[in-house]
Amino acid sequence: MTTTTRTASGSTVRRAAKPASGRASGDNRAALLFLAPFLILYILFVIGPGLYAVVLSFTNASLVRSGLGSFAGFGNYAEALGGHDFWNTLWHTLLFTILTTPPLVILAFLLALLVDRVGRGRWFFRFAFFAPYVLASAVMALIWIWIYTPAIGLANDWLGRIGITAPNFLGDPKWAMASVAFATVWWTLGFNFVLYLAGLQDIPRDLYEAASLDGTGPVKQIRHITIPMLGRTTTLVAVLQVIASLKIFDQIYIMTQGGPNFSTRVSLEYIYDVSFTDMRIGYGSAVSVLLFIVILVVSFIWLGIVQRQEKGV
Amino acid sequence: MSLSRRRFLQGSLIAAGAGGLSACSSIGAGVTGGSLPADTVNYWNLFGGGDGVRMQEMQKGFEKANPSLGLQAVTLTWGNPYYTKLSLATIGDKPPDVAVSHLSRVPTLVSAGLLQPLSPDDLSRHGMSEDKFSPGPWKQSQFNGQTYAIPLDTHPIVLFYNTKLCKKAGLLDGNGNLKSMEGESAFVDALEKVKKAGAQWGGVCSVNADTATNWRFFQSLYSQLGGEVLSDDGKKVVLDDAKATKVLNFLKHLSVDSKLMPSGVDYGGAVAMFASGQAGFYLEGEWEISTFQTAKMPFSMTLFPNVYGGSNYKVQGDSHTLIVPAVSGADQKRTDRALAFVRSMLDQSLTWAQGGHVPAWLPVKDSAEYKKLKPQSNYAAAGDAAVYDPPAWYSGSGSNFENVTGSAIATVRAGQADPKSAVAAMRRGLQTYAETPAPA
Repeated sequence: MTTTTRTASGSTVRRAAKPASGRASGDNRAALLFLAPFLILYILFVIGPGLYAVVLSFTNASLVRSGLGSFAGFGNYAEALGGHDFWNTLWHTLLFTILTTPPLVILAFLLALLVDRVGRGRWFFRFAFFAPYVLASAVMALIWIWIYTPAIGLANDWLGRIGITAPNFLGDPKWAMASVAFATVWWTLGFNFVLYLAGLQDIPRDLYEAASLDGTGPVKQIRHITIPMLGRTTTLVAVLQVIASLKIFDQIYIMTQGGPNFSTRVSLEYIYDVSFTDMRIGYGSAVSVLLFIVILVVSFIWLGIVQRQEKGV
Repeated sequence: MSLSRRRFLQGSLIAAGAGGLSACSSIGAGVTGGSLPADTVNYWNLFGGGDGVRMQEMQKGFEKANPSLGLQAVTLTWGNPYYTKLSLATIGDKPPDVAVSHLSRVPTLVSAGLLQPLSPDDLSRHGMSEDKFSPGPWKQSQFNGQTYAIPLDTHPIVLFYNTKLCKKAGLLDGNGNLKSMEGESAFVDALEKVKKAGAQWGGVCSVNADTATNWRFFQSLYSQLGGEVLSDDGKKVVLDDAKATKVLNFLKHLSVDSKLMPSGVDYGGAVAMFASGQAGFYLEGEWEISTFQTAKMPFSMTLFPNVYGGSNYKVQGDSHTLIVPAVSGADQKRTDRALAFVRSMLDQSLTWAQGGHVPAWLPVKDSAEYKKLKPQSNYAAAGDAAVYDPPAWYSGSGSNFENVTGSAIATVRAGQADPKSAVAAMRRGLQTYAETPAPA
């Protein structure tokens, strides 16, 4: 437990609370026993292989031969950083993140605002907007593949009726990433929406009453009451969204396999191609480690923003 | 005494433990890493869908004909998920007794030392010898004078045609078979006639998200011109720019210029288009025969058109083979078990051929029953005319070689790039791989 106290100079200080000495050892042992099953599995299946991957990244290990193969030093890292593929796929990953995160944050917020105002039948809207989130990634991908199919797909048909020639959604490099991003927004909007809805209901009503007594219009109320009070939720949603987008794989693998012409190949898809299709586990591990560093850097930036937010509160 | 929560949890734990112990021996064997009961053939394959159903039928045939042997058959997802598991199981010294492998993947497995060579004595003990197999696939299964794989079939890319539309277009002969078409203009002519007969598209072949089909379409025409792509085990790119550009120009003409074939359609969409009669011709692997038979539409199949081949017909294809993974302490009994299973599969080649594949086992391929099997026997000549993907560590069925080439070809067929830049892109992509040493 931590407490923040304001000292005379105005800066905040964190002071850790001291646990009562008598309870310490017994509680610690019980806690460790409860954590043990998870910790063991976590070390065996996450930490251990993670460290092994770092070791592999310095070798030319192959999936068709046993052992670590020949030592490669930093050769794999040089190949990744010096070649085009790593940077192109990293850019595609960032593009996907940019295309999905703002809509998933803003649209979810707007929808939650609207549904919050609904009196009766709120359960229906909650269900309707959350339902897509329940689908497995393969199911969602198949649905959208058929919607996007040229000539005989639903999108082609509906756009044709209003006089627009549908582009080749998944077959045109200019449209493929946006199409996958659109499908992803439809799919995961529900989760953020539910988080925002819960956050909205936490805002005390008397704040709105006081504001309207002062003559504030609804838009100003949203700007000055709702959005600041939802600050924590927004940060949570945005961080979750960015991290999830950086790890995107499922939809790309099923809908485009990284095509057309490698225009939607994201970092994880590149790692898969290199490690499991080319069988080059050593090089694939090096790219994995590089991606890990990127995600770590992004996480630290967010942590910095969040900590600054907390200090400001 | 009332049931307390603690007693309930204790009881469930004991029941679950007992259930686990008495579980069927194979699950127990799998969990504890123990061995199956002796004389069980452990067999892995990658056949799902229509092929999977037929393989299961053949497996039952094996069990009935060999009551003294048991069978444990495992089906894994086609492509990388299958080959990575097969490779890792063999490296971990716990491979299956016999497994399926595409012939184009066998060179990689052989060079990694993962396959057991099959001696002529072992083979002849089970009635298998060189003269009983199609020469094309048999030759490809030999490495350093030793047999490493037993070919089961060849699966080429073929031409499906809607018999009703083709009849209306006047393209069928007296027996209701498609008249032979040789040369570019004959094929284009046929597509135009079918379109006039009422189809929305002359023909269809998938473009989107399907680099394998794009590669196969290109390679069939390119090899008819005599072109090669790689040499020296993939260390050299010998792509012939002139021949490749000629083929790509033809492909561009078909979809972009003349709009006889859609320039944007994925695998499922292409199947749907042909099955519903929106397209008169369909170019794809023969394995789709089951789909159209189930759809009960009027269709037949024949060889992929001989556009450039003349008397030297070629078409892209691959073969399914049965391999025996290497294991330490391999004994004769294991080899005999595996070969008994292989022989049983070969004997049932007619069942397998019903799924569209061209059998490699000559006693079935040359038999009257197979010749009566229509439309499967229409393209039997592809069994020996098939051109396999060039050997390289990065090549083979479902490999990045097909990814690189197929992507470039798709850009031309979709109208996003011109043939010259696509050939340059292919060469660039392949050159990067050629210069990368094989993982060792």
